[in-house]
Amino acid sequence: MLTKRVIPCMDVKDGRVVKGVNFVNLRDAGDPIELAQRYDEQKADEVIFLDITATHEGRDTTVALASRAAEELHLPYCVGGGFRSVADIRTMIAAGADKVSVNSAAVKDPSILTQAAEAFGSQAIVCAIDAKQVQPGLDKWEVYVRGGREATGIDAVEWAREVVKRGAGEILLTSMDRDGSQDGFDCALTRAVARAVDVPVIASGGVGKLEHFAEGILEGEADAVLAASVFHFGTFTIREVKEYMAAQGIPVRL
Amino acid sequence: MPGYAFATAAGPPFDRTVEQTMIAIVDYAKGNLQSVQKGLEAAGARDARIVTAPDDIAAADAVVLPGVGAFADASRSMIESGQMDAVRNAIQEGKPFLGICLGLHLLFEAGTEHAVEGEALPEGLGIIPGVCERIPKTNAAGDAFKVPQMGWNSIEFVVLPNNEMGTESSTTCESSPARPSSPLLDGIREGEFFYFTHSYIAPDNPYTQATTTHSSTFPCFVDVGGTCFGIQFHPEKSSDAGIHVLRNFVKVVEG
Repeated sequence: MLTKRVIPCMDVKDGRVVKGVNFVNLRDAGDPIELAQRYDEQKADEVIFLDITATHEGRDTTVALASRAAEELHLPYCVGGGFRSVADIRTMIAAGADKVSVNSAAVKDPSILTQAAEAFGSQAIVCAIDAKQVQPGLDKWEVYVRGGREATGIDAVEWAREVVKRGAGEILLTSMDRDGSQDGFDCALTRAVARAVDVPVIASGGVGKLEHFAEGILEGEADAVLAASVFHFGTFTIREVKEYMAAQGIPVRL
Repeated sequence: MPGYAFATAAGPPFDRTVEQTMIAIVDYAKGNLQSVQKGLEAAGARDARIVTAPDDIAAADAVVLPGVGAFADASRSMIESGQMDAVRNAIQEGKPFLGICLGLHLLFEAGTEHAVEGEALPEGLGIIPGVCERIPKTNAAGDAFKVPQMGWNSIEFVVLPNNEMGTESSTTCESSPARPSSPLLDGIREGEFFYFTHSYIAPDNPYTQATTTHSSTFPCFVDVGGTCFGIQFHPEKSSDAGIHVLRNFVKVVEG
């Protein structure tokens, strides 16, 4: 039976992990590959490197990181952030990334998804959607771009349908309301999107407790759950999370 | 083809001055094969190199056919380049062969992926009879399944009726009395998880030694004669368990 995935996400700037990492016994706490290998030992199912670099030089560093990951990591990995064109995506896939995650560029021109899916296969193309509830109590969410700074007026569920039609093979769905809150995933949002599309949905944003991971799968109907800080700070190990999920009857790889 | 260039695609010219077994990783789609190469190295291979020329495939001690792209494109490219014949010859000579993902599919006679309607199906190596087809979107009960299958799934052993019991490998796993005979599954426990990402599957065939279940139960591991292997999952992306399988392959190669 296909298992539900647990995915740690690392914010990377100029080739270094930027969000605080509080791991003991890391030789180099800022090295994304070493951190990813540690997560591999804990049974992470894949890892995401989110590139928050703005400069061109920084992008080259991220390509070099993807290339090193292909050599040193025996785990699937996705690189997200900053793709402006199919050429950018090609460079990252050629460097060895299993998947790339596209966000703002897809809103600007959805054909980038189609072109990328035709060139590299849908399984390699993740569309990241940052969504925010339109008003409290209303099951309606709006897509934001540019790292959550800019509202688009696009309905998140409609957008999810659209990006899948365009070729995205997976959706990385982040609740802007919950991100950083530690209040748990926005399960209503996750469920609405998961039911609207026939590709896997990764729930992101808001994890603070072990229960939240199970809720994302059981209530949010997600195929995978993503977290960053709780793993980096060592609040939980990935193994602890998976053992908890298994105890709730969720199929996981242990 | 609109290929993208990178340093490893065309390795150094083939050189056999050093006496060691060479594993040729066949590059038929200008894809990134570093993780397969590095996975084999992590598994103990001393000389795993990415090759394109049929002569280099012929000169290799073993051949790995990785999974990049779609069946029709791979088939066309391999036939045009002469790689298809070179790989088939290597298998028929009994050289160890490992097909990964699409590389498993290519062991069969044909595949429907990216096939052109009204034309003959794209050809594979034809080592195993049958046609590779798309993963069904629903199971027998009508429940919907996501395609591609993407993520970690477990494998179940298929023990052939004529499989000899009490071989050396069966002593390494105490939990299961019946072990598949393939050396590649030596030390792998039933139910072990591997990383899959695919939209097409191999048909039922007499060489299957492990299956996986998504919308249907399909072959995820075949062994033809103890030297020719095909794997649906990606061992190079399957953490320790995957490297274990690759190490078993390297052992077969090195005898």
